[in-house]
Amino acid sequence: MDLNIVWFILITVLFVGFFFLEGFDYGVGILLPFIAKKDDEKRVIINSIGPFWDGNEVWMLTAGGAIFAAFPHWYATLFSGFYLPLFLMLFGLIIRAVAFEFRSKEESSTWRNGWDWMIFFGSFIPALLWGVAVANLLRGVPIDETMTYTGGFFNLLNPYGLVGGITFVVLFMYHGSIFLTLKVGGEMLNSVKAVANKLYLPTVVVAVVFVLYTFFEVQAFQAKGLAMLALPGVAAVALLLSGLFLKQEKAGLSFIMTALTIVFVTITAFVTLFPNVMISSTNSAYNLTIYNASASPYTLEVMTIVALVLVPFVLVYQAWSYIVFKKRLTKDSELEY
Amino acid sequence: MDVLVLSQWQFAITTVYHFFFVPLTLGLTVALAIMQTIYVTSGDEDYKKMAKYWGNLFLINFAMGVATGIVQEFQFGMNWSEYSRFMGDIFGAPLAIEALLAFYMESTFIGLWVFGWKRFSPKVHLVTIWLVAIGSNLSAIWILTANSFMQEPVGYVLNSTTNRAEMVDFFALIGNPHLWLQFPHVFFAGITQAAFFIIGISAWHFMKKTKNITPFKKSFRFGVIYGLVGVVMVVLIGHVQAQHLGQTQPMKLAAGEALWETESPASFSVFSIIDQASQTNSAEIKIPGFLSFLAYNSFEGEVKGIKDLQAEYETKYGPGNYIPNVTVSYWMFRIMVIAAGLMLLIALVGYFKSGKSEMDCKPMGLKLFFYSLFLPYIAMASGWIYTEMGRQPWLVFGLFKTEDGVSKAVDSLEATFSLIGFTLIYAVLIVFAVKLWKKYASMDMEKVFDHETIKEA
Repeated sequence: MDLNIVWFILITVLFVGFFFLEGFDYGVGILLPFIAKKDDEKRVIINSIGPFWDGNEVWMLTAGGAIFAAFPHWYATLFSGFYLPLFLMLFGLIIRAVAFEFRSKEESSTWRNGWDWMIFFGSFIPALLWGVAVANLLRGVPIDETMTYTGGFFNLLNPYGLVGGITFVVLFMYHGSIFLTLKVGGEMLNSVKAVANKLYLPTVVVAVVFVLYTFFEVQAFQAKGLAMLALPGVAAVALLLSGLFLKQEKAGLSFIMTALTIVFVTITAFVTLFPNVMISSTNSAYNLTIYNASASPYTLEVMTIVALVLVPFVLVYQAWSYIVFKKRLTKDSELEY
Repeated sequence: MDVLVLSQWQFAITTVYHFFFVPLTLGLTVALAIMQTIYVTSGDEDYKKMAKYWGNLFLINFAMGVATGIVQEFQFGMNWSEYSRFMGDIFGAPLAIEALLAFYMESTFIGLWVFGWKRFSPKVHLVTIWLVAIGSNLSAIWILTANSFMQEPVGYVLNSTTNRAEMVDFFALIGNPHLWLQFPHVFFAGITQAAFFIIGISAWHFMKKTKNITPFKKSFRFGVIYGLVGVVMVVLIGHVQAQHLGQTQPMKLAAGEALWETESPASFSVFSIIDQASQTNSAEIKIPGFLSFLAYNSFEGEVKGIKDLQAEYETKYGPGNYIPNVTVSYWMFRIMVIAAGLMLLIALVGYFKSGKSEMDCKPMGLKLFFYSLFLPYIAMASGWIYTEMGRQPWLVFGLFKTEDGVSKAVDSLEATFSLIGFTLIYAVLIVFAVKLWKKYASMDMEKVFDHETIKEA
């Protein structure tokens, strides 16, 4: 296996980690204004992701950095091509990061409600736009012979792209609500469970629509043959099981299932792309692939060594932080945010 | 306006703004770690209060740094895609390593530190803040590795098939002489920034005659010592940097001095009105021989002027204008140096004033200490503007010009939209951050401490 493939897999892993982890904390952020009414309840919700959201966000930064290092042309084409969506996403992430820290530092309810909505928008916009971006990557976008995106902003807002966006939002909300059933305690637990149960059916519906739409819309998916259906199939089974476990009050298993759903959706997307990293709808000869978009063999080698050394440490201490803060939060807990 | 100019403005605004917060994070995390170490080893409760109080102010800063930092990681691809193609093989690696090694560490352990006061033993909790400090400063090493390549390219070849610069020696990249001057400069600038933040706010409490003043006295004392170390090191390293600049980017040095003609020995310009179009200065005040001293530690020696360098570069790189904006370079350099001089003076005075048991200082002096907290911000911004604008027209010195780096897929409407959007949100956020800083900085340390204890109980 050459290093180009290794790095394609590593980037897949980074996106898997990113969508799995930020998936629930975007979900929690989106649910915040709706799931809790009183201030102390909102604080419990925010504190449930308090120690984690920043570390989770680094998965996205690392994925971006890894694309830059391993596939510079992919980084250049994608980020300059999806300019406005990325600007909006960054805008959302800026207000989100600040909102967590600032929100509870003033007593005024106008102040706090304002920042709660910033958390909402700051979670909703990136979740939506990542869905739009992934869908468009699968579908292919206009790219010319100089690897330059030529489609403009509104080209990305096609129906399939939007369905992708909605799917991400709903799936993350569901994933987030199940995360909350693991993290909150006391009287809030019941209302959180109710929300998770309510979100189950809509999630299944959009997921089915998205998969069917993908099957008919995405040529790269069809080209992989029927065996490809196995991957979204696993995601679908996991999603169905998550609802079943939720009914049986097995929140832990249910969370593992939504996690698996996200993992397999992400894997499906990357396997569909492979060996391309960006598909040109203008001419398949202009596709960016793991070979024509990549860094030099030397850089890939250096980065492989670096990643092999560092990633295990990251996984260990990040996992440790989740263990440290595994206790359920209630209104009487020590709340920093 | 065209996309190039818009993108340059956007990069300048987002980066200078981001760097309002970064140095304080670099220096204050180390300061917090030291304070908490003193608390854990000596058991002095004041130092715990200090760690919490300054930690609170730090977190406001940290959030701003994180929020604006995400833009940094993505804007190379967004606005400078052609640069990213040309440089990605070299530039992407340090960025990825920065995220893998530093950002994960910093962000995870900051969560553990903030939420861990009660959950960990004091010793384990102390380790978390040290790891935050190490993580933050490691991130500086890696982003400066990338920046240093732009100033002084090393360890690469130009590949004519792929039409880009490619890495051939990773260790040359991280052993770049520019990096090992720039990183210490930035590290001690961070120390200085944190020191004056502490000095300024503590002085404010002396002015307001805050009741429980002891921890502020200890903070002030800490601040002046920390600041002295910081400024002295920044200045010493800065001096070596200027000499290195003379060898590697003589045009930047000449522009910083508005030195049009080659001089031997060269005089240092104190004041000058610069006319870039006619390449002359007027109303100039000069110290003879002093520029030679700065460049060579001796009052002899030739320093090349802008006109000669321009001619030299035209022979070497082909026709073109290789002169950066001289007025900006000249004044930014001076503003940085003057700010550093003032800080050195203030830290020294502060050191002698705070030595006794009672703070021996008039209200006017306290006010001065308070306002000195803005000096590092001024020095930092002007220093970076000089570094980056003095390198122009190059994006990567000698290899790649700024005008060639801009994205082809972005049109001016999009660039205008994002420039306005970022500028507006930054303007709004600083208002909120300052509001919170004022609120939490004006608190008595006992109060912050009590507030925390009540919350934790």
